[in-house]
Amino acid sequence: MEFVLDRYNYWICIVLMMIGFYGMIADPNLIKKVIGLNIFQTAVLLFFITISARKDGTLPILLTGGGEAFYANPLPHVLILTAIVVGVSVTAVALALVIRIHRAYGTIDENKIAALEQES
Amino acid sequence: METLTSPLPLYAVLVSLLAAVLIGFSGQKPNLREFWTIAAAVIKFGLVAAMLPAVLQGRIIEFTVLPVLPGLELKFKVDALGLVFGLVASFLWIITSFYSIGYVRSLQEKAQTRYFACFAIALAATMGVAFSANLFTTFVFYEIITLCTFPLVAHKGTAEALSGARRYIVYLLGTSLAFQLPAIFLTYHLAGTLDFAHQGIFQGAGVSAGLLGLIFFLFMAGITKAAIMPFHSWLPAAMVAPTPVSALLHAVAVVKTGVFVVIKVVLHVFGVDLLADLGFAVILAYVAAFTIVAASVIALTQDNLKARLAYSTISQLSYVILGVALLTPMAIAGSILQIVVHAFGKITLFFTAGAIYVAAHKTNISELNGIGRQMPFTMAAFTVGALSMIGIPPLGGFLSKWYLGLGAVEAGQLPVLLVLMTSTVLNACYFLPIVYAAFFKEPTPDPQDSHHQEEAGQIREAPVMMLWPLLLTAFGAIGLFFVPAVFLDLTRMIVQAATGGS
Amino acid sequence: MIALVVIIPLFAAFLITLSGVTKYRIHWHIAGVATFFSFAASLYLLQEVFSAGRISYWFGGWEPPWGIEFVLDYFSSFILVIIAFVAFVITMYAGPSVKKEVGEERSLTFAALYMTLVAGLFGIVVTGDMFNLYVFLEIASLAGYALIGAGTKRGALVASFNYLILGTIGAVFFLLGVGYLYMVTGTLNMADLAVRLPALYDSRVILTAFALFTVGLSLKFALFPLHTWLLSAHSQAPTIISAILAAAVLKVNVYALLRVMFTVFGWEFSLQAVPVSTLMYLLAAAAIIGGSLLTVAQTNIKRMLAFSSVGQIGYIVLGIALANHTGMTGSLMHILNHALMKGGLFLAAGAVIYKTGLYELSALKGMGRKMPYSMAAFSVAGLSMVGVPLTAGFVSKWYLAVGALEAGMGVFVPVILLSSLLSATYFWRVIESIYFGVKTADTGPETKEQQGNTGEVPVSMLLPVLALAGLCILFGTAAFIPLSFAERAASLLLGGM
Repeated sequence: MEFVLDRYNYWICIVLMMIGFYGMIADPNLIKKVIGLNIFQTAVLLFFITISARKDGTLPILLTGGGEAFYANPLPHVLILTAIVVGVSVTAVALALVIRIHRAYGTIDENKIAALEQES
Repeated sequence: METLTSPLPLYAVLVSLLAAVLIGFSGQKPNLREFWTIAAAVIKFGLVAAMLPAVLQGRIIEFTVLPVLPGLELKFKVDALGLVFGLVASFLWIITSFYSIGYVRSLQEKAQTRYFACFAIALAATMGVAFSANLFTTFVFYEIITLCTFPLVAHKGTAEALSGARRYIVYLLGTSLAFQLPAIFLTYHLAGTLDFAHQGIFQGAGVSAGLLGLIFFLFMAGITKAAIMPFHSWLPAAMVAPTPVSALLHAVAVVKTGVFVVIKVVLHVFGVDLLADLGFAVILAYVAAFTIVAASVIALTQDNLKARLAYSTISQLSYVILGVALLTPMAIAGSILQIVVHAFGKITLFFTAGAIYVAAHKTNISELNGIGRQMPFTMAAFTVGALSMIGIPPLGGFLSKWYLGLGAVEAGQLPVLLVLMTSTVLNACYFLPIVYAAFFKEPTPDPQDSHHQEEAGQIREAPVMMLWPLLLTAFGAIGLFFVPAVFLDLTRMIVQAATGGS
Repeated sequence: MIALVVIIPLFAAFLITLSGVTKYRIHWHIAGVATFFSFAASLYLLQEVFSAGRISYWFGGWEPPWGIEFVLDYFSSFILVIIAFVAFVITMYAGPSVKKEVGEERSLTFAALYMTLVAGLFGIVVTGDMFNLYVFLEIASLAGYALIGAGTKRGALVASFNYLILGTIGAVFFLLGVGYLYMVTGTLNMADLAVRLPALYDSRVILTAFALFTVGLSLKFALFPLHTWLLSAHSQAPTIISAILAAAVLKVNVYALLRVMFTVFGWEFSLQAVPVSTLMYLLAAAAIIGGSLLTVAQTNIKRMLAFSSVGQIGYIVLGIALANHTGMTGSLMHILNHALMKGGLFLAAGAVIYKTGLYELSALKGMGRKMPYSMAAFSVAGLSMVGVPLTAGFVSKWYLAVGALEAGMGVFVPVILLSSLLSATYFWRVIESIYFGVKTADTGPETKEQQGNTGEVPVSMLLPVLALAGLCILFGTAAFIPLSFAERAASLLLGGM
């Protein structure tokens, strides 16, 4: 039990990842796939952030006037900022594609699109 | 053995490649275009002949063209064996070129530029094989021959031509990729080198007999151009080609390349001693013997003249294989001589087949009754060629059969002697009736051909451009019996190199 | 200088977008200049690396491992030259082709995105930092998704979306792997990781990270069985995107995996501690044979080339799995050779599509007379794929076969030969159809479009095709030129093996 409780942050990330993954793969609706993608990505981002936390650590901002403090690790925060931007871009491209798919096929259901492709 | 370095072999190869380019550009001016072919052929023969004195004195000419990869070099080495092949091929190309010109112009074939250009490339590649110094170079040029003869076989462009050509290339390319290439890989891996050496390259490599056997049989299966059964079907399939192409394929370039590479593998990759110890060559000898007899039997059943000649070629080629497989000096000598005499004899026969097609539009033997009266010169040449194939003195064919017979006795393989005699009889059976029918039978009256019936008694030969080449090669077949000097000398050198003293 | 290689295309993308304000249609010219510069720079850098060893550039002057660095060693400079050349050649080709396939109005944005893709690819090759690799990976991928969907075919949109989903999964796995590595070592710099990781080889975290990297990147370079996205992407995308996908993008992702496996983790871990070799052998064999078999059945030119690419990636992975110098050299040579061959094939096919608007193999019927030069190039590249000696394809197959024999995996020699035979089957069919005009799978009566179009494509499209085909021959005969580079790169990767 401690195994789960001690590492609850990792478990949450894993659960979120799997939810997102499932959404991406199993759901035929394209928008839901994009949502799944986002959840999947966000889970990994959360993972990064959780590993940057320090027990009894404080915000990683230099105290005015100098002074010692035990900071949480700011590097993953920076990495995640970049990754968030990447994630947003991916979502944007994905949604743009979905809009155009809808215009071209009249549907955003993956199965119906496959059927239409088979015919043409 | 002293080695000279000279770019002559490279020039011999390049001459016709250059000609091919020039031919490509002269498409609009047929006479200029044909001039390139003839000029290239003459120069090529001259270059090859220029190397003869040095080789006769016992030297070897080498030239490295390009070190493609470490261990894989494009390299030439001219020795007696290569020179025999080179001389025959380049000389016969000159003659074939004139014949080709006569043939395609009489029939007004289309795509003549492509035809002559591919011919030139094929001969360049043939020289490449003849003068190659290692298995890699051989393989490169072997494949180039396959690729550039495809347009020649498919020349007519009909569905039948294309299907024949497709079978041609499937057999040749498929077996060389599937069998010859792994044999080359394994050889390189086990022997460390691909260069030909006089007593083989496997000596001292400590390779197991089983593995050597595998490599040996991969080579034999992969060198399909030698038309050993059961990989022979491409030859009859390639008969859809125009006759000069068949003459080239069956006398000069493709099939001789095949047997030449087999000889090289037997003598210079494995070596006589190693094979004698291992005993694989005996199996090859019997496969060759089977091919000889089986192909002759099939030839008997063919009514189409070219088809009969094709199967006859399959049979005759296996003489060469048989000779090498026996591994004795006499037998090897016989097989080398067979390369030469068969070339002259078979090309004569094919030339006559083409002449008959052009002059009388006949392709089947059953239609040839009495044609000897219409085309006396052509049929005389045919007779000469046929007699040479059968092996009757005073024709060249007798020489090679003589040596092969002696070789069989020397090797103690008397059944082989029996095979030789049987096939001689079979050759007679399928050639002599044609001769008899041509001269001694009455032409069958063709009800639709009333115009020709009136002229039945007159001579209507093939065009001169086609006639004199076939007469020349026929004389060559005779001449080889009387003046085989050069070839005998070269043959002696080959045997000496292969067996370490004869 | 190293940074410039990446910056220039990015800047060019920016310039191109700006130039849209003016009325001059110079976007492809800007692109051409930029890629030419990058190519020239990459050659200069190659020469510098080979005399000086490893060179690096620290961003902002921050010393690694605190800062991000760009590193060029034998391996990355070799790959950089290949990618830069391919990008340059394709840019030259792009103008008329894109105009036809994407449309005049969108051509400008297309060019800008294309420059972004190129910048991303260069970035992946030169970076020395793991997270930076992720960022560039995503830059390139995003540009790729958009570019694939840019065509006028609606199938391209679906293909792009699928690629997006799968590609992002791959990238996210990669990111997670980076996270794991950071968690246990505290650094993101590749060289630094290489120093710290050996002590941690037993750690399960490292093992998981390795697995994540392998799977994530394998998705990105379409290793069997994660290859499904490639088929639609290749066939639906505009021609130059198919070409750069096959010739550059896949290769760069292989490069990334090689970096991770051999520089960061080291060969002892990648090949010995983890039984990746066995898995790679199986997948490579499946890719080679499966790819070749399925190619035979295709009637669409681009789909045929797509399946063929799957097989070719298998060859590269095989060379890696062999774990010896010859095999690795073979892989690296194949990265070069396949880029040339496949690039040439796609561009030549694109020439036909440009002229006839048809994608079916039957469109090639008789083209040998109408478009002699492009079809000659197509045939040369096709023969090179088969592995005819004196072409580039033979060289890589030779090394892979000899490497297989040396590694005792002689069973792969028949596999390679079988796939060569299968390649010979489908390429020969196409070549025959080109020159002898036989009906292949299905041919309708010649459409008006087909009848009207004779003559070659514009020079700007023809020259790249001829250049690539010419290099297939050059690197098949004078193979020792790229060999010297590939061998050093292989030695570097395999370290003290």
